[in-house]
Amino acid sequence: MQSHILSIVLFTPLAGLLVLLLIPGQNKFLIRLWANIAAALGFLVSVPMLLSFDRAKDGYQFVERADWIPSLGVQYLIGVDGISLLMVMLTTVMGFLAIFSSWTSIKDREKEYYAMFLLQQVGMVGVFISLDFLLFYTFWELVLVPMYFIIGIWGGPRKLYAAIKFFLYTLAGGVLMLLGILTLYFQYAQQFGRYTFEIAELMKLNMPLGLQQWVFWAFFLGFAIKVPMFPFHTWLPDAHTEAPTAGSVILAAVLLKMGTYGFIRFSLPLLPNASSDRTIVTILATLSLIGILYGAFVSLVQKDWKKLVAYSSVSHLGFCTLGIFALNQNGIAGSIIQQINHGISTGMLFLIVGVIYERRHTREIKEFGGLAHVMPNYAIVFAIAMLSSAGLPLLNGFVGEFTILQGAFEANKIWAAFAVLGIIFGAAYLLWLYQRTMLGEITNEKNRGLKDLNWREWAVFVPLIIWAVTIGVYPKPYFDILEKPVAQIVHRVHQSANMPLAAATVVPPIAAEARVR
Amino acid sequence: MNFLDLIWLIPLVPLFGAAVMLFFGRRLSKAAISIICPGAVGVSLLLSIAAVIQLAGLKEKIHQVTLFPWLPLMKVDMAYLLDPLSSVMILVVTGIGFLIHVYSVGYMGHEGGYYRFFGYLNLFVFFMLTLVLANSYPLLFVGWEGVGLCSYLLIGFYFNRKSAGDAGKKAFIVNRIGDAGFILGMFFLYQLTDSLKFTDVNEALRSARFGVEHSFGLLSLTALLLFVGATGKSAQIPLYVWLPDAMEGPTPVSALIHAATMVTAGVYMVARSNALFQLTPETSFIIAGVGAATSIFAASIALVQTDIKKVLAYSTVSQLGYMFVAAGVGAYWVAVFHLFTHAFFKALLFLGAGSVIHAMSGEQDMNLMGGLKNKIPITFRTMFIASLAIAGIPGLAGFFSKDEIIWQTHASPLGSNFFTVVGLITAAMTAFYMWRLMFLTFYGEGRMDEKTRHHLHESPKTMTVPLMVLAAGSVLVGWLGTPKIFGLPEFFRGFEGWLEPVFEPVKALASEGAEQPEHAFEWFMMGVSVVIAIGGIYVAKYMYTKLRRDQRPSGGMLYPVLLNKWYVDEVYDLIFIRGLSLGGGGLFAKFDREVVDGGVNGTAWTTRFVSTVSMWWDTWIVDGLVNLSAFTVRALSFPVRFLQTGLLQSYALAFVIGLLAIFGYYWVR
Repeated sequence: MQSHILSIVLFTPLAGLLVLLLIPGQNKFLIRLWANIAAALGFLVSVPMLLSFDRAKDGYQFVERADWIPSLGVQYLIGVDGISLLMVMLTTVMGFLAIFSSWTSIKDREKEYYAMFLLQQVGMVGVFISLDFLLFYTFWELVLVPMYFIIGIWGGPRKLYAAIKFFLYTLAGGVLMLLGILTLYFQYAQQFGRYTFEIAELMKLNMPLGLQQWVFWAFFLGFAIKVPMFPFHTWLPDAHTEAPTAGSVILAAVLLKMGTYGFIRFSLPLLPNASSDRTIVTILATLSLIGILYGAFVSLVQKDWKKLVAYSSVSHLGFCTLGIFALNQNGIAGSIIQQINHGISTGMLFLIVGVIYERRHTREIKEFGGLAHVMPNYAIVFAIAMLSSAGLPLLNGFVGEFTILQGAFEANKIWAAFAVLGIIFGAAYLLWLYQRTMLGEITNEKNRGLKDLNWREWAVFVPLIIWAVTIGVYPKPYFDILEKPVAQIVHRVHQSANMPLAAATVVPPIAAEARVR
Repeated sequence: MNFLDLIWLIPLVPLFGAAVMLFFGRRLSKAAISIICPGAVGVSLLLSIAAVIQLAGLKEKIHQVTLFPWLPLMKVDMAYLLDPLSSVMILVVTGIGFLIHVYSVGYMGHEGGYYRFFGYLNLFVFFMLTLVLANSYPLLFVGWEGVGLCSYLLIGFYFNRKSAGDAGKKAFIVNRIGDAGFILGMFFLYQLTDSLKFTDVNEALRSARFGVEHSFGLLSLTALLLFVGATGKSAQIPLYVWLPDAMEGPTPVSALIHAATMVTAGVYMVARSNALFQLTPETSFIIAGVGAATSIFAASIALVQTDIKKVLAYSTVSQLGYMFVAAGVGAYWVAVFHLFTHAFFKALLFLGAGSVIHAMSGEQDMNLMGGLKNKIPITFRTMFIASLAIAGIPGLAGFFSKDEIIWQTHASPLGSNFFTVVGLITAAMTAFYMWRLMFLTFYGEGRMDEKTRHHLHESPKTMTVPLMVLAAGSVLVGWLGTPKIFGLPEFFRGFEGWLEPVFEPVKALASEGAEQPEHAFEWFMMGVSVVIAIGGIYVAKYMYTKLRRDQRPSGGMLYPVLLNKWYVDEVYDLIFIRGLSLGGGGLFAKFDREVVDGGVNGTAWTTRFVSTVSMWWDTWIVDGLVNLSAFTVRALSFPVRFLQTGLLQSYALAFVIGLLAIFGYYWVR
């Protein structure tokens, strides 16, 4: 039983999906109910994994291995370390909340809708637990399909444009990534005389820097488009804006993290020389910084509530990638924590837009104003989400941002100086949004009769708020879980020869230059 | 009971009050709220007093309580530190905070959102206490951001007014600019000392590893970045702009947050980091310079404001400037001393102003006041005392602290006569604008309309009792820091002695140049500042009681400049908000639409175009060729087609004809 725990986590949503398909389409209540049960089960089976995870152990846990396509050396090989464990938990929690939040907002083709979400859940969990590169790639592409349909069928007015843009962008990235994977695969065959996609094996590869760089850029396109990093970000606002609320939540909370996870899990350990190459690091950090500031600036001028939140994601994910390419313990651990934080805060912000969209069927900011008068509880929840997103201490966002900034500072002080500007603008666009929508007098008569949060909406928000506060007040368990795997990656990146950035992790010996004689 | 181990309860009790308000506030009666929230702060006050008394009994006056680890990678804990400096701060915060809570029961009695107000106020006290009790910079930063949040919430308390929302937002964002500097400063400090705990940092900085930095280097940069944070929170040039706008909040909020406690956080932080600033004379000079510039600049604006709260707001900015001058010249205990006395008289002035506004049915324009002296006698008398105190009349709190600052600008080796002169001019301006306020408000003829006049009334007991307590404080607390030349017993110089464990090593350094006793000169300086104070008051009296409105000097060109606050807000708005932020954002959004998406859409268009061409090619060329070959075959086979009719008879006929033809050929031959 214990040894198959990951497979159970992976396939519970799939089992739920199969049962769902047996329910007749007219029985909408049963469909909804079952989808919720299946998603809740998906979460519950992941809890024992969290509890029995041993954070003191090195390497992967709950590993399962079976041959899948032996002739090509493809295996069904799954396992988790601290990093993927947190990502899986994020997926199961947000997956459930996303489905739960759709109870009243989706009214047509419900069976297909929930089926897509459950299928997507399988793909996302799979991405985070695969230890075989082809298996990973399979799940990676699997995730694309349901999201395409979710945007394309249940989306807003420009849904087709957004869906196709999303699909083409990510597919293009995926294909290039596949090229990179195949390069590694054939290199391995050349060096070791057998074929395998197993990541631990591929890490033994000894590749010249030039080749590593080529593969790095191939991976980069795949991951950077997913994150999305500037300048590959423009699919995101469209996809987010057009997607139904739950789709946006999953997209922001989990899907984007596949990109950052890819950098941490594959680019860094598999291509340590390329990942620590000075040019590459500088380019990546610069793109991250541009993303942080650019996303914030563009957020300031958005007229569409949801698009504003979408652009804020670009800014936040900039912090995450900056942390990764600081290539030190603070940077990477902070980045992973910030990925979870972004899932919580931005997930909440999208849910908040969803609540109002369901009531008013518009997201134009200027349609609103003074909502705090009619929806006081909604205003409180929005305030908490906003503050968590803006990185207020004692809420989750601060812990991640602060740690990333510290990591960036250790790597390069200039990065920290620019990134820190992002927190100013972060406060600016969020507070302005809040003021325009929540504060002041009610200017639009249509808003006068709006109902405050109902119990189901409360039930979605409360766990997220609690989660945000616990991370903010007591983040130690997260740092503990991440300590070993992150240290391993950092070590691997820095141990590789010709390491120009080796000094970055070491805190400089008490600055001698400060001493004045 | 060991109250020293319970110091973590001091901030937690008000947090509990705030939580009760959040969850049950809407269902509680006003009476219950009026007991719970002020009560929570009252409990904190008692706990603080008990803890401070026990601290005084310790040999080594420092006590730390660690709750649990917070940011393990930077070795930061949730831990509290009580030492002489934080004891002064917690007594100010809980003591004055308690009085203001009591006052608010009366002041906010008729307002909606009563529970919300008290919830925010309790939350503020929690964060403020966290700020001053923190044992490390990041935890101080928690309180730092938290008080900023509460300030945002309370400024925007009347959230249906757009100006209130704007002011709250402005305060938060301007503070964030300072915070950015603060965060970077922390990172530098961590790099230098490998810790962010005050005790470790100070120990490292005082060790032999670091020496005084005589040119601008890493230490100076670190100190400067921390000071940038302080300019935000404590409203100094260039980040002071939020404080005057913050007066949109209810008046008790202005008294508690924007006069007595939160805005002094920057001064506290600089004093707390004295071990760093003592090594950086360059940065210390900048601090004193910024403080001096801010004090005179803000005082100049206060000269002409007509809104009673705006005068007090600019006065606060100006007085905070004094504190930074003191900190900048290395007289940290004087900075804290002025912080301490200022908390009493400025809180009193704001609460008094609140009482005036309360009596005036909400009117804040002093041009519409006058003659209130006998209508609201308690408010008048208490404010009278406070105005004397801030003007620097001997015997009152403000005199001792302000005079000590001015003296230190001269006596301290880091001082400069320039600061002394600015300090004296500002003192004259302070006396003038405060007494202008008093004369406009309380003396002469009443200028309000009939309805307001009819409605004039003294405030209820819950409001006047705190005023009287604060008035007593404004008289007495100064006597804890009398100048040495008075020759009074040690008790009357107790403030300096109490803080000595925190600042002692600094003094050793600051007075390297061996201070020469200049008793005669110190008496002289004191005399000058007293003359200046009285002169300022007299000029105000002359202008606002003797002269009619049209007889008063207009100030000429300067008047509109001062009235419009040197147009700083307008310039900031143009450059930073309209220019950089919105302009930049708009530009980038356009870039996204037209360049990035343009590229993408262009690719799509190209793809479509290529597809169309291919389609055409396929249809006409490729398929054309295929079709052409088919056509050719068909064309070539065209004549044959007529032959192949598939009819047996025709074939038979053709066969017969052919046969006949062959036979015929041979027959003819």
